[in-house]
Amino acid sequence: MTIGIEHYLTVAAILFTLGIFGIFLNRKNVIVILMSVELMLLAVNINFVTFSTRMGDLTGQVFAMLVLTVAAAEAAIGLAILVVYFRNRGTIAVEEINLMKG
Amino acid sequence: MIGLENWALAGPEIFLVVVAMGLLMFGAFRGERSVEAISWISALALMICVALVVKGNSGTGYNGLFVVNPFNAAMKVLALIGSAVAIVMSRGFMSREGVWRFEYPIVILLATVGMMVMLSAADLMTLYVGLELQSLALYIIAAFQRDNLRSTEAGLKYFVLGAVASCLILYGASLVYGFAGTTSHAGLARVLAEGPPSAGAVIGLVFILSGLAFKVSAVPFHMWTPDVYEGAPTPVTALFAVAPKIAALGLLVAVVMGPFRPLLDQSRQILIAVAVASMAWGAFAAIRQDNIKRLMAYSSIGNMGYVLLGLAAGTEEGIRSVVVYMTIYLVMNLGTFACILAMRRDGIMAETIQDLSGLSRNHPRMALAMLFFMFSMAGIPPLAGFFGKLNVFIAAIDAGLYWPSALGVAASVVAAFYYLRIVKVMYLDPPVRPFDAPMEGVLSGVTFVAAVFVFPFFLVFQSPFLATAQAAAHALFMR
Repeated sequence: MTIGIEHYLTVAAILFTLGIFGIFLNRKNVIVILMSVELMLLAVNINFVTFSTRMGDLTGQVFAMLVLTVAAAEAAIGLAILVVYFRNRGTIAVEEINLMKG
Repeated sequence: MIGLENWALAGPEIFLVVVAMGLLMFGAFRGERSVEAISWISALALMICVALVVKGNSGTGYNGLFVVNPFNAAMKVLALIGSAVAIVMSRGFMSREGVWRFEYPIVILLATVGMMVMLSAADLMTLYVGLELQSLALYIIAAFQRDNLRSTEAGLKYFVLGAVASCLILYGASLVYGFAGTTSHAGLARVLAEGPPSAGAVIGLVFILSGLAFKVSAVPFHMWTPDVYEGAPTPVTALFAVAPKIAALGLLVAVVMGPFRPLLDQSRQILIAVAVASMAWGAFAAIRQDNIKRLMAYSSIGNMGYVLLGLAAGTEEGIRSVVVYMTIYLVMNLGTFACILAMRRDGIMAETIQDLSGLSRNHPRMALAMLFFMFSMAGIPPLAGFFGKLNVFIAAIDAGLYWPSALGVAASVVAAFYYLRIVKVMYLDPPVRPFDAPMEGVLSGVTFVAAVFVFPFFLVFQSPFLATAQAAAHALFMR
């Protein structure tokens, strides 16, 4: 069996779904949410690189580099906000983030 | 030969970035004393940028990554005005709360650059980078009152849900790239027009639209809005209500009418569903709100519903109504938030609707201005808000969207209930203790200008706005 494009796309789709579930079903810890966001971004990168090599077109790989860069900035800001939140609240359990009800 | 032709197209953005970096150096060396100067220079720079955008030429540059046309120029002007007014309105509140720091106007400047870049995007890459520049700066701004639990909670929620939205857009972009083979908007429009739409491209479109619906806070992706509006410092809420909404909406219009024009039938179904849901939920959920910032959040969700209905029409008339609606929306929201910022007793913000009780006797002029804004948002003629809604509904009906329009009119009747309730509380209920007087000069200025715009200025002088909106809409239909 050869590993074709559909296998790569399936892996990416599974990772992306795992990321979404990690965010919405997770009741424990905000750090897990940050990890899930990273998982989703990396799933997208797998997609981009797969399509890029498949088509022999560099755009996808350039896009993947941009995504990596932005993901780093996003993680930094997310952690910074998490730190100030922890200072005020003393916990980062997802269940405790309920001061305002939507 | 790779040349950077037409680099001057991004002149306003480059100008703003240079000013922001210069101010950052200035602030870093001068310390907190410089905040007054920096906030005024930032607002001035934004206004200069408005002039640059208005004077600027249309065209495509940066090897097809960046486009300027009358439509995105109009949206940029609205977003710039929103940011500038938000900065000058922040001073009183932020200095009382002890968070009047020099980073604040600078981060808003950078967010505004992000908005301008995403509005000018002619490629999915530019779109993503601009969107993230805007979003990352806004996450910081939401949590800016960092010793306040509500503000940091708002920042955290905004960050998590905003990150999910960005991921959805990206995943959609990757699928579209894979199935169409290009990320440039012009290229996508060409490839998608060639044959029957491929399933992959349609799924990608759905992901991108969902992510953008998140950013404009349309139902069912609205859940972050009330919490972020309530938790963020009030001047920041004022900013969130206008500039990012305008930018995200402009982007949505540009994406639906640009690269995905061949898939307009598919996007229209999504847009109609989202628009009807937003109009209905914005009207019904606002009824039980007591906090005025939360109420404004639902109001903005409802307003986004009307705008999306105009977009769903997918005609030149529809886009024109979107531009007009957003102009009026900007002014009404800035005016309302200027009033909300003036709701302060003994230095503490009063945020419930009961705090407005008997406002007409304590502060008759502020009550009159609020009356104008509420009537305008409820869509009562002859105030500006009425014309916004009228244009949208005419466009939608002309495009054959009868049922969504009827539901929209019904929703706007329901929404009128809670707007009129505020008027009733202000004019008929017994007075409570008055707010701190006098109102800050900037706030009363913004309130006055916005109230005069809502009535009678827009009624008398609407033709230049309509003409500009017409030109903006026409630009999207030229091929």
